[in-house]
Formats: sequence, C-alpha cells, structure tokens
Amino acid sequence: MSRLPITKTPKPYVGGAFIRSESGRTFPIADAAGDFFANIPQCTRKDLRNAVEAAAKAGPGWAKRTAYNRAQILYRLGEMLEARRSEMIDTLVRFGAVKGAAAKEVEAAIDRLVYYAGWADKYEQVLGNVNPVASPHFNFTVTEPMGVIGVIAPAAPALLGLISLVAPAITSGNTVVALASETTPYPAILLGEMLATSDLPGGVVNILTGHRKELVPTFATHTHLRAISAAGVGADERKALRLGAAESVKRVRISDTTDAAGWFADGAQSLYAIRDFLEFKTTWHPIGA
Amino acid sequence: MSTLAVQKKNTRPVARAGRPAPELIFGDLWEFDPAPETADPKLKPRYDLFIGGEFVAPKSGKYFDTINPGNEQKLAEIALAGRDDVDAAYAAAQRAYDTVWARMPGRERAKYLFRIARLLQDRAREFAVAETLNGGKPIKESRDFDVPMAAAHFFYHAGWADKLEYVAPGRRAAPLGVVGQVIPWNFPLLMLAWKIAPALAMGNCVVLKPAETTSITCLKLGEILQDAGLPPGVVNFVTGAGETGAAVMGHPTPAKVAFTGSTEVGKIIMRSLAGTEKKMTMELGGKAANIVFDDAPLDQAVEGIVNGIFFNQGHVCCAGSRLLVHEPVAEQVLAKLKNRIRVLRVGDPMDKNTDVGAINSKPQLEKIAELVASGTKEGAEMFQPPCRLPTKGYYFRPTLFSGVSMSHRIAREEIFGPVLSILTFRTVDEAIEKANNTAYGLSAGVWTDKGSRILKMSVELKAGVVWANTYNKFDPTSPFGGYKESGFGREGGRQGLLDYCKLI
Repeated sequence: MSRLPITKTPKPYVGGAFIRSESGRTFPIADAAGDFFANIPQCTRKDLRNAVEAAAKAGPGWAKRTAYNRAQILYRLGEMLEARRSEMIDTLVRFGAVKGAAAKEVEAAIDRLVYYAGWADKYEQVLGNVNPVASPHFNFTVTEPMGVIGVIAPAAPALLGLISLVAPAITSGNTVVALASETTPYPAILLGEMLATSDLPGGVVNILTGHRKELVPTFATHTHLRAISAAGVGADERKALRLGAAESVKRVRISDTTDAAGWFADGAQSLYAIRDFLEFKTTWHPIGA
Repeated sequence: MSTLAVQKKNTRPVARAGRPAPELIFGDLWEFDPAPETADPKLKPRYDLFIGGEFVAPKSGKYFDTINPGNEQKLAEIALAGRDDVDAAYAAAQRAYDTVWARMPGRERAKYLFRIARLLQDRAREFAVAETLNGGKPIKESRDFDVPMAAAHFFYHAGWADKLEYVAPGRRAAPLGVVGQVIPWNFPLLMLAWKIAPALAMGNCVVLKPAETTSITCLKLGEILQDAGLPPGVVNFVTGAGETGAAVMGHPTPAKVAFTGSTEVGKIIMRSLAGTEKKMTMELGGKAANIVFDDAPLDQAVEGIVNGIFFNQGHVCCAGSRLLVHEPVAEQVLAKLKNRIRVLRVGDPMDKNTDVGAINSKPQLEKIAELVASGTKEGAEMFQPPCRLPTKGYYFRPTLFSGVSMSHRIAREEIFGPVLSILTFRTVDEAIEKANNTAYGLSAGVWTDKGSRILKMSVELKAGVVWANTYNKFDPTSPFGGYKESGFGREGGRQGLLDYCKLI
C-alpha cells in the first residue's frame, strides 16, 4: 500500500505569522483537473483590520532601515523564490498554467524582485532634488513612504501580478496588506512561506486570501491605509475604491495592465511605480551663522 | 523724531498695566499717519467671461457683485457662468489643444509664458492694488509677495516648456489634454499662476474658475493673455460660485482636474469623480504645527510665529495655526507674542503700514468668530490686543489662545483666520506626537539653533513642507503640497510638473 501524503493546511501570512481567518471560515479550491486541493481561509474585514494593524506596527521600523538594507532584503526574497522555483512552478502548473508559461512567470517574478532591490538605494537620487530658491535657504525635496498600502492583486497572473504590486511599494519603506488572487490564491500562500524566510521583518508584507467582494469596501474605507494599489478591477470596484478613498483623501492607483503579456512587459516595472507610493517633503533649512 | 514723540506723549494709551517688559513699543507712543496706496487698479465696471481669447457675456446674462471686503463697497459686476458657458469654455480649450497648443514646439510655448511673466511685472502695481481691493489682504503683501511671486511662477515654468525630457528620467512626459482648475480666494492671482503655469508649460489647455469673491485679478490676467497673443482657448476663465465650480470639476472634457480649497470640498469632488478616470490634484486644508524649542532665537521665532499665523489674516492653508512651545520658554514666548501683536496694525488693507487687513468675506468672518467662541467655551484662554477696527468692512482682531489642549476644536479644525492656538511640550517626542496628531499634513515649522535637530524634526514630521527658522516661505522651484487629508500632488518645482503630464 502506498504511503498517504501529508497535505498542507494553507494559511495566509500576516504579521509574520501564519494565520487562519478569525471567523474560522474557509472556501474549497480545486486544482486545474477539478480535484479538491485545499480549504483556503476566507478572510474577513476583521482579518483585514488586524493585518493593517500589523502593517502599521511594522511600518516605522521598515522605513527606518537603510536603503542598502532594504535592497538586500528584497534581493534575499528573490533568492528564496529562486531556491523554491520548481515548487512554485509546479504549483502554477497544478492550477492550470502550462509548464513553460509557469516557469516564465516565476522567473519574471524573481527578476522583478531583483529589479526593485536595485532601485531601493537609487530612486531617491533620481526623484528628489535640491531647489534653488531665491532666499538664503538650503531647500531640498526628499521622498518618504506613505505608510500602509492596500494591494489588490489581479486574478492572473497570480504570482507575478501580486509581486509586481507589492515590490515597488515596499522598496521605499511602505508596508503592505495584500489581497491575493481570489481564483488562484495558493501561489500567494506559498509566497508567504518564502517571505517568512527572507529576512523581511514580520508585518511588512501581509497577504490575505478571500473574496474581493467582501473585502474591497473595507480596503477602500480603512483610514489607516494611505493608498490603494489595485489591478484587474472592474468599473464597479474602481468606483467603490475611489468613493471610499475620498473619505480620507486616500491615493488610489489602478494599474492599466489587463492581460498576462502586460505583466511580463518591461513597462510593468518602473521607477514610477515606486514613485506612486511616495510623499514628497520639502525642507527649508536656513543658511547662515 | 524726538519732538514728535514728545508731542504725542499726551495721547499715549494708559492701558499698559500688567505688561511684562518695559520696552519701547512702536506704534504705541505715536500714531501712524495714513499711508494709502493710490495707484489706479484700472477696474472695469463689469467683467465678462474669458473664453476662446475673448471676453464674452454669460449666456444667461446674469452678473453678480464683487465687493471690497475692506469697506463692503461694490467694486464691479462679475459674469455668472452657467453650465453652457462652461461647455463653451471646454470646447474652446479642447479646440486650442487639438489644433495649436499641443503641436507647438516647447520653445515657442515657453516664449508665451515668458511674455506673460513680463507683462505681469509691467503691471505689478496695478494688479497689487486690484488684488488688495478685491481680497482684503494688506497692500504690502500683494505688492511684495502675491504679484511678484505669481510672475516668478510664470517665469520659472516658462523655461521648462522646452526641457520636458528632463522631467521624468526614463520616460517621455506628454501633456494630458484639457485640465479643469478651481482655485480659492486667499491668493487669487498666485494660485492662478500655480495652476496655469505648469499646465501650459506641459502643453495642456486650461479652464479655470477663480473664487467667487476674488475674480478681478483673474479676469485682468485675461487682458494680459490677450496682450501676450496667447492663442485663443489655451486658457479660459469662467466665474461664479459653487455651482459653476461643480460644472468645471464634473465636466466630461478635462483629463485632469486640480483643486485648491477646503478638505471638505476636496472630498466632495473626489466622490463626484469616483466613477471617472480623471487625474486629480488636491491641495486642501491644514492645521500646521509651528514648533519652538528652548534653544531657538526667540525674537526671530516670535517674528516667524506672527508671520506664520497673521500673514494674509491667517487665510493660508499652511498657516502655523498650532504653536507648540517648549515648556521652559513657554511663558517667555507668550509674553513676547502678546507684546508683538499689540503693535500689529489692523485695518485698511490699502494702507502701506497695515499688517493685518480685512477678512475676505462675511461668511468667513462668521466662521472665525464661531470657532473663536468655541475656544473660549472649551476653556482656552484668549488674548486680543485692544486695537481699533474700522467700522465698515470685515475685520477680526489678531487672537491668541493659550492653555489649548489637543482635543479643543481650535487645535483640530482649520480656522483660516488670524487665530493662534498655543500648546506646550516637554520632550522632542511629545512635540512630534502632537504635531502629527492631526488628519492634515500640509506644513510644519521648527525653531531651534541646532541643525541636526532641524533635520531630525524634518524626518519625523508628516508634512509636505517643513520650514526651519522661517515660515510661510514660497518659491516656484520649491514643491508645495500635503500629506494625508491635506491632499495629493505637488505644485512648483520638478515634482509639480509631473502632475500635469502622462508618462509614456
């Protein structure tokens, strides 16, 4: 008789720990063959609020890390993904990707992390500047992370879409609460396991699984989320996000990328994706004795 | 000089009891003679809309009165733009964008902006007088700040028009199209310059609505745009109140809208545009902390505090309306401040000696009075100098509140008037915590002798502009704009330009 394998209980990664939904709710997912795969936690608004709290707690420490250190940690995350490359490819294949496409997606996700790792100690030099004001002041404009960013990942590509939104936000010292692809949530669960071993402090990236319909309104209105980065959202969701955002003058960035090819393109990674989640601060420092 | 002092000695006010320092106080020993500014503002009795390069009557034929808040007298009639006028303005702007402006080489666009800057400098005195008559701000401010700074903004942005490839490294910056802009009444001409100059430099065309109480300098600038030969429709001005503003913001044509005004109205606009893909810039309210440490040069700090809150009667979104004073020097700073504001000259905005002019409108005066009443009711201690106010016009005494706590309305709500709320702190951390404990995040001030502390505070303060040992300083090269509920986007500098383009 063959050995019965141990199946994994999928748990989202929040606050540096693997959680179940506080509600105890789950929803079953099947693999591409239609076979039962696992029960995925159906996170609630309360789970989202808890995740925001974890992200807010992690924020100041992460933002105070040196740019060099953040760069190394992002690179380390790339290393973790590379090391578990085949496991991630197998997962994507299990949920419907053909082998070649799955490999391409994982490689693109790793390369994207390395791309942003390289930006961590450079974007400031490109985006900030000294301003030649007409008075005896040393006037300079620097960037600062906004705080906690709500990420709503596209349904597909489940891994690359999520990483493309999370990476630019955390490069500058923001922390993130992300909602994984509703249709293919498992790669995000697996990514959580890699985050946990990547030197990224707990709470910097928090990934929830669940239903968009249930969680998007809270993403929109939660006042501690200073910005929303969303992709693959329909007209109704866009409107809901922007209406909710108005309550606390929240910044909303909705990615125009709609198809898989767009996520693989060079244009899907950019200095300006980092800039979208920065505040600009201008200081007037006196010159003189 | 001495004879004058002796002569006037008999009229010296007697109410000096309880005053802390026996020092010579200007304006106390003698009266200032009136020093009225007399330049001709060259006002027309009636102002039409500026659409397609022409002054045109509103389709409804309706006009409203605009007054001088300094004496409540009517200055002129202003056209009331309706929905169809706004339509016409957007049609003109779109036409100008499609046929002329977006196709014009940057170096040519630049020359128009340079021309506008020069023509405004030529007519600076006239514009300053018009600004003061219509808005109530002291003539010395409109003359030395508003108008020259507006010209400087056009001059600065002019030079960008043919250098846009340096704005966004790695990408090409392209114009958005037509932009709709609504500006407030506190710096009518300057806010107009902040809005129009970067938009035009980038190659966009504009429909702008000034505030209903301060339309005159906007429409006078229309004359300058004509003199500069700016192609018709590149800039269009529609005047009116909230309804016109809503039509400008809600119109389907603009690819972007930019708003400067209250956070309350900003949120309404954000909600009304929620179903669209329009880009937005919001420059909203503030409740800035001005933080004075015990090692600060106190006399200089007192001047900065006064400038921070009484500049333009406190009608400044970045006004230093919450003074946070280090406990060891709190009493001293309060005493110096009281001394200082006793000699602020409040009154006729057209007098060159006036420090604090007229409140912009009656509703604003009522709002200030209401919030000040709440300050007294909630237990803060009020001080107002015993100055004489003109009998006609809207005036409010410079007001200090001491013993203010963070929960008081006067410490949380934007007053937009000459009212300073004073709080104290003991440690650097407490100052940071109090300064950041607000939904706003537009600006902050720090007063200390220590450079390293300035930088530490600058890092910790959640505000878009931090002034160290100065306050209310502006420059076209220096980006301005807020964090949190003070809005998003920047105006001025390289960062401001990026809000008027799309990246390709």
